[in-house]
Amino acid sequence: MAALAGRRVADVGKLSTILLFLPPALLLFTLFVVLPVGEAAWYSGFNWNGFGAPTNWIGLDNYRFVFDNRAFGTAFKNNLLIIAVSLLIQLPLALSLAIILADRFRGAVALRMVFFLPYILAEIATGLIFSFVYDGDYGLLAALYKSFGAEAPHLLASPQTAFAAILVVVVWKYFGFHMMLFIAALQTIDRSMLEAARIDGASRWQSLRYVVIPALAPTIRLSVFFAIVGSLQLFDLVMPLTRGGPSDSSHTMVSFLYTFGITRMRVGFGSAVGVILFLICVVFAFTYKRWIMRDE
Amino acid sequence: MARFKRLLAGIAALAFTGGGALAQTTVKWLHIEANPVVVKIWEEVAREFEAKTPGVKVEMQYLENEAYKAKAPTLLQSRDRPHIIYSWAGGVLKSQVEAGVLEDVTAAMQGYKDNLSGSAVDAFTLDGKIYGVPYGVSQVGFMANKDLLAKAGVDAGKIVRYDDFLDAVKKLKAAGITPLAVGGADKWPVHFYWTHLAVRLGGKAAMQAALKGQDGGFEGETFQKSGELFKQLVDLQPFQNGFLGFKSQQAIGHFGDGKAAMLLAISSFYHTQKVFAVDKTGVPDDKLAWISFPSVPGGKGLPSDTLGGINGWLVTKGAPKEAVAFLKHFVSAEPQKRLAAGNFIVPVYKGAEAGLGSAFMRNIAQNIANSTYHQNFYDQDLGPSVGRVVNDATTEIAAGTMTPKQAAKAIQDAFRQGN
Repeated sequence: MAALAGRRVADVGKLSTILLFLPPALLLFTLFVVLPVGEAAWYSGFNWNGFGAPTNWIGLDNYRFVFDNRAFGTAFKNNLLIIAVSLLIQLPLALSLAIILADRFRGAVALRMVFFLPYILAEIATGLIFSFVYDGDYGLLAALYKSFGAEAPHLLASPQTAFAAILVVVVWKYFGFHMMLFIAALQTIDRSMLEAARIDGASRWQSLRYVVIPALAPTIRLSVFFAIVGSLQLFDLVMPLTRGGPSDSSHTMVSFLYTFGITRMRVGFGSAVGVILFLICVVFAFTYKRWIMRDE
Repeated sequence: MARFKRLLAGIAALAFTGGGALAQTTVKWLHIEANPVVVKIWEEVAREFEAKTPGVKVEMQYLENEAYKAKAPTLLQSRDRPHIIYSWAGGVLKSQVEAGVLEDVTAAMQGYKDNLSGSAVDAFTLDGKIYGVPYGVSQVGFMANKDLLAKAGVDAGKIVRYDDFLDAVKKLKAAGITPLAVGGADKWPVHFYWTHLAVRLGGKAAMQAALKGQDGGFEGETFQKSGELFKQLVDLQPFQNGFLGFKSQQAIGHFGDGKAAMLLAISSFYHTQKVFAVDKTGVPDDKLAWISFPSVPGGKGLPSDTLGGINGWLVTKGAPKEAVAFLKHFVSAEPQKRLAAGNFIVPVYKGAEAGLGSAFMRNIAQNIANSTYHQNFYDQDLGPSVGRVVNDATTEIAAGTMTPKQAAKAIQDAFRQGN
C-alpha cells in the first residue's frame, strides 16, 4: 500500500515536471521550427515574389523547377563532395593530430590552440581572408607562384577549381574543432588499459587499433554526425569566396536557395529548396541516430 | 477655485506641448549610396529642408545594394518600413505597385513633374499613375584609356561599327594590352554586352515583342544573334585574366589603374574608376574617352538608342505627406545642380545638366537627351526573377559554358516561369 502510494507520488512528481518543463520547450520548438517549416511547405506551392499574400497556386511545379535546374544538381553534388572530403580527409587529419597532441609534451597546448584558431574565426572573415589568399594578382598564392616564375592561376575564377579551393578552406577551418573533440575523448581513456596492452606486447599500432580507436568510437560517431550536418548547411564560407560562381559551379544547396530563391524574389521556389533540404537533413538525422548512434 | 484654474492651465499647457511633440514628423529615408561625398551632399540638402519646414525631421538609413534588394520585400511589408526607398524602376517597381506597398503620388506631382525629364517620369508611371520621383539617369558605353589605345594604334573615334570594335580588340591583344576589364563575378557587368547588342540589333520593337512573347520571345532571332555576336568577342579572349572572379568594383579599379584599355561601363563609373583605382586618381579626364556602343550589321536599332539606368525614389504606403514634399525639394534645381557640378549624376531636373562639371558627363547628358529610345537595364526592367537569369546566362556565354542558343532559351524559360 505504502509502496503504491509512493509510486503515485512519484507519478505526480513526474507529471508536474512534464507540465512545468515541456511547454516552454514545446512552445519554442513550435514557434521556431514547426511553424516555419510548415509555412515553407505551404509557400512552396505558390509562384510568389514575397509581396502580399501568395495567390498563384502552382502545385508541385516549384519542385519540378528545382529538379530541372542544372545548378541545383551541381549544388547537391557539391554538398556530397563536402561530406566526402569531411569524412575522408578532415576527420582522419583531425584524429591523427589529436592522437599526437593528446600526449603532454612541450608546446602541445600551444599547437592545439593554433589548430583550433581557424574554428573561432567568423566564417565571413575566413572567406574574405581566403579570397585575398587566392587572388591571382595580389594574393599570397600568386606571390608563391611568382617566386617560382610561374603565372598564378585565378583559382576562384575557374569553374574547374573554384569548389576545390572552397573545400580546402572548409577542411582548414573545421578540422580543429573535430581535433578538440577527439583530444577531449582521448583524455578520458583509462591509462591502465593502454598500459595493459603494452604489457601484453601490443605494438603502438595495435594499441591504437584495438584500444584507442574503439574507445573513441562514440566520439567519432558524433564527429561524423556534426561533419555531415555541417556540410549540408554550408553557406557562409561560399558567399564571400565565390557566391556560388563561376557558372554556378560552387553552389551548395543553401547558397543555391539564397541566390535563386531570395535574391530573385522567388519565395515559392526558395521554399521548395528549403523543404527538400529539410527532408534530407531529417531523414539523415533520424536514420543516423537510429542505426549508428543508437547506443548513446 | 484659483487652484482649479491653475490646474486647468497646467493641463492646457501639457496638452499644448504634447501637441507640439506630435507635430514633429520624421521622414525615414532608406538609401544605398556608398560614396561618402554624395551622401554628404544629400545630408546637406536634408538639413536645408528641415530648416525650411519646421517640425519635420529627415532620417537617413543606409543598406548595401545587394542586401537592400534581398531585404526589400520583407522590409516593405513591415510596420516599420522606411518612407522613401531607392528604385531602378522596371519590373521590381511593377511588382511593388501590384503588391500595394507604394503610395500613388500623381496628385502631388502635378505641375512639379513638368520640370523633370519626361522619359524619366514615364519610367515611374504605371497605368497613368506616378509612383516615384526620378533622380538621375545614366548611359552604358565603353570607357576607354586613350594612352593604351594609342599604343595599339587604335583611334577611339573610329570605333563605330561592331567590326571596328572587334578589330580594336585584336590590335590591343596583339600589342599585349588587355582589351577589356569586366566584373564577371557580379554578372551584371557582363549582361551589358548581350543586352546592348540586342538594343542595337532589334531596337525598341524587338524588346516590346519579346515582352509580349512574340517572335519567339527572348529565344527569338534578335536575342540569339546578340549571343552569337557576343560569342565572337568572347572567342577573342578579350577580358583580363580571371575575369569571372572579379567583382565589378575590382574590374573598375583594374581599368582605373590602367591595366585594361576599355570597360563597358555605366556613365557613373566616371567617378568610381577614380575611387577604386590604387592611386585614387584613375584615368585622368584628358586620357579618358567615351565610345558609344558600336552599331551592328543589319541592326534595326538606331545608333542614337541608348541603354542605361533610370533611378529614383519611391514613397511607401502610409508615409507622411512630408516625404513627397522632401523629394520635391531633393530633386529640385539647386540640389540637382550641386550633384551635377560634382559629376555624380546626369540630372533629371530640366536645366540642371548645364551645371555638369566635366565635358565627359556633358557628353553623356547630351546622348541621353538626344536618345531615340532609352532602354532601362534589363536586369531591372525584367524584374529579379528573369533579370538575374539574363545575368547568369550571358555570363555563361562569356565563360564558354553555354552556347548563345542555350542562353536565349534559359532566359525565355525563366520569363515563362516568372509570368
